[in-house]
Amino acid sequence: MAVPVAFFAVFFAYPVAAILARGLHVDGAWQLARIWDVVAQSDIRHVLWFTTWQALASTALTLLVALPGAYVFARFDFPGKHVLRAIVTVPFVLPTVVVGTAFLALVGRGGLLDELWGVRLDTTVWAILLAHVFFNYAVVVRTVGGLWGQLDPRQEEAARMLGASPLKAWRQVTLPALAPAVAAAALMVFLFTFTSFGVVQILGGPGFSTLEVEIYRQTSEIFDLSTAAVLTIIQFVAVGAILALHAWTVRRRESALRLVDASVTARRPRGAGQWGLLAGVLASVVVLLLLPLAVLVQRSFDAPDFGYYRALMSSDGGVFLVAPIEAIGNSLQYAVVATVIAVVIGGLAAAALTRRDAGRFVRGFDALLMLPLGVSAVTVGFGFLIALDEPPLDLRASWILVPLAQALVGVPFVVRTMLPVLRAVDARLREAAAVLGASPWRVWREVDLPMVRRALLIAAGFAFAVSLGEFGATVFIARPDNPTLPVAVAKLLGRAGELNYGQAMALSTILMVVCAVALLVLERLRTDRTGEF
Amino acid sequence: MRTTNKYIAVAVGLGLVTLSACGSSSDSAGGDSKTVTLVSHDSWAVSKSVIAEFEKKSGFKVKVLEDGDAGQAVDKAILTKDNPQGDVFFGVDNTLLSRALDNDLFQSYEPKGSDLILPEYRVDQDKHRVTPIDTGDICVNYDKAYFSKHKLTPPTSFDDLIKPQYKNLLVTENASTSSPGLGFVLGTAAQYGDDGWQDYWKKLKANGVKVVDGWEQAYNEEFSGSAGGKKAKADRPLVVSYASSPPAEVIYADPKPATAPTAVATGTCFRQVEYAGLLSNAGNTEGGKALLDFMLTKTFQDDMPLNMFVYPVREGAQVPEEFTKYGPQAEDPETMDPAKIADNRDDWVKSWTSLVLK
Repeated sequence: MAVPVAFFAVFFAYPVAAILARGLHVDGAWQLARIWDVVAQSDIRHVLWFTTWQALASTALTLLVALPGAYVFARFDFPGKHVLRAIVTVPFVLPTVVVGTAFLALVGRGGLLDELWGVRLDTTVWAILLAHVFFNYAVVVRTVGGLWGQLDPRQEEAARMLGASPLKAWRQVTLPALAPAVAAAALMVFLFTFTSFGVVQILGGPGFSTLEVEIYRQTSEIFDLSTAAVLTIIQFVAVGAILALHAWTVRRRESALRLVDASVTARRPRGAGQWGLLAGVLASVVVLLLLPLAVLVQRSFDAPDFGYYRALMSSDGGVFLVAPIEAIGNSLQYAVVATVIAVVIGGLAAAALTRRDAGRFVRGFDALLMLPLGVSAVTVGFGFLIALDEPPLDLRASWILVPLAQALVGVPFVVRTMLPVLRAVDARLREAAAVLGASPWRVWREVDLPMVRRALLIAAGFAFAVSLGEFGATVFIARPDNPTLPVAVAKLLGRAGELNYGQAMALSTILMVVCAVALLVLERLRTDRTGEF
Repeated sequence: MRTTNKYIAVAVGLGLVTLSACGSSSDSAGGDSKTVTLVSHDSWAVSKSVIAEFEKKSGFKVKVLEDGDAGQAVDKAILTKDNPQGDVFFGVDNTLLSRALDNDLFQSYEPKGSDLILPEYRVDQDKHRVTPIDTGDICVNYDKAYFSKHKLTPPTSFDDLIKPQYKNLLVTENASTSSPGLGFVLGTAAQYGDDGWQDYWKKLKANGVKVVDGWEQAYNEEFSGSAGGKKAKADRPLVVSYASSPPAEVIYADPKPATAPTAVATGTCFRQVEYAGLLSNAGNTEGGKALLDFMLTKTFQDDMPLNMFVYPVREGAQVPEEFTKYGPQAEDPETMDPAKIADNRDDWVKSWTSLVLK
């Protein structure tokens, strides 16, 4: 417990507090009246309203589209399933500036839908909602589907045997077991859409603004730190309230689940209904997720002889001091370090949170760990700058800052993925092992680890993928001799000229492929080890 | 579990310290008198050979820290001015200059070669806190193919843009989130005056101007003349961009076309000047001064245009042939005193927002 607490205190709470104080502590006095000034502005109230309702709508829409997907991926076996599951996770980690470009090609003017049916959604709220589904589909599929696949179907079958209808058996057996995962997924989607930045900025146009966009504007463009601080606090309170509510509901539903190997539970679909469901899910995946990605790929090949890819190898043109291709290596290195940090910190936190004697304080920490997801990158980045600037913690010029910032966002994923599974491990097993003389370390290794290995790998995969595509915090610290993939893409897109645009598309495609491969390797790892369950 | 935690705590702690030690031993800002650190925005670009020449001549090693877009970089530099991340800051432009000067971001230094700076770019002559390095114009670009296909004369002035034949053709950027967007608004304010510019924007709005948040969207998604726009089947043949964008469309094309597919409406330009300065509390002032001197040399000024797509400010520095060939320089661009921008910027952006976006 001490490690995660220290980590968050130093790399999150302290920097954020420092930047808030900079905004609100002026001339030696706290300017708390500013809060009312800011809230009283009709512009700000409009932003609050829009932020909330679009997040609710996005979450509902994502669950609607992705829950059938989670079921299909968990319970059905079909060719290409693992590849597809890896691919649907790719959007989640792509930088928004790239996704915006791709998405506009689908729903924008002259886009596919426009040509087919004259449907144009750019600069409408529908574009924002659909892009949010695109981004967050994987959150639901992986969080809910991951657990669903491991639920023992025999429990439901037993209920059926005892006379329950299929619906009743599902409602009374599967649903309660699944509910915490659904809640966790919904919560994550809500958090991401509540704090949505790039999607809203690119697809919504200047007419729409979320709290996060407004914080960025006030901090970075207008340099009104006190208004930004007030908005950050509002976002904090809102996110904190949701998290607290969530922690409460999860605790109420905790139960020891019987987990089995996912490969046992999945079978080929039977009957018209199941095939229809599978076809529907695949169709929605193709239209909503694969088409925008395909557009990117197509544009990257839009020069003869792989011209854009060849251009990536040279550092001519001076946009970078190194060839853009080197960004791949940089990104991978950062992501590996960030993943290690996130898994260690998140794993320890999750383990501490599972303990029977965990007190109120520790349980409250559960919600706190999620807060980094709800705080804007610009706030954290500025906080880093003014807080971590003195020895022994003068990290501003150090490369470690990039993975640290990325890990901050990765930890919540690790905790969220591990916690339901760790909690489901029967505590009596640990007690029995302890009684028989096992050390705590050995109990963890022999009892917990085998049961949570799958969750641990999913968590690591998420942390890795998030780090790979992370842009907001990275752009604060990345250097021209060490650009990461998303930073390089953004820089290329920021310049006129065909070759720059093409290289940006080519790099985005590479980022996509790297993510997909990484996630595929993970899928493979999972299936190799499942025998140990 | 408790003992395990402790071990891991120590291990992680050691790991972090080792990692950060590795990181900072080679990269530390300021502490090393042989390294000079330049803080800039992410449009910074320079040829390797030019940096190598400076390093050889001065004996200082250059480290560059890119710190986000132009506005962000300035804000970050101000936040960290007591303990700056580097020695020299490059990239504060005339629209943000006063924010930097009011916050005492820079210390006084007049670099060698200052006398060769073209007089129209000189500012702050009594204190020498900043030195102009480059200049560029924000102008409306047009898609040549569109106008020849529709047998329409391209617009040349601000006045043209509100004429009915150009209805629904222009896309610009949000002045509150984008620097070309802001530059364009300032251009209209310079042209039509403190009272007239709002009226102009009412007409521009009635004439169907479209506003998007950033340059990338405007140029790559909405503007039919750019490489990205063509692929996205964009339908706006007029965009607020830079005077150097047409040459870029040629230079970054393969194969290179004989003429640029886009051109500049030469009477719609607003001049941006970018400055550099020695940061207050810089760790390596000697290195910083040497670097500033170097940025005014002919070597650096000649290299700049094709890397950052800006014009030199030094007398006699070479404007590359591509620039003159594919994009004529603006006729008499609008300018504005940084002090006036400082006084009005926030109010203007606010009224522009409620006028155009609501």
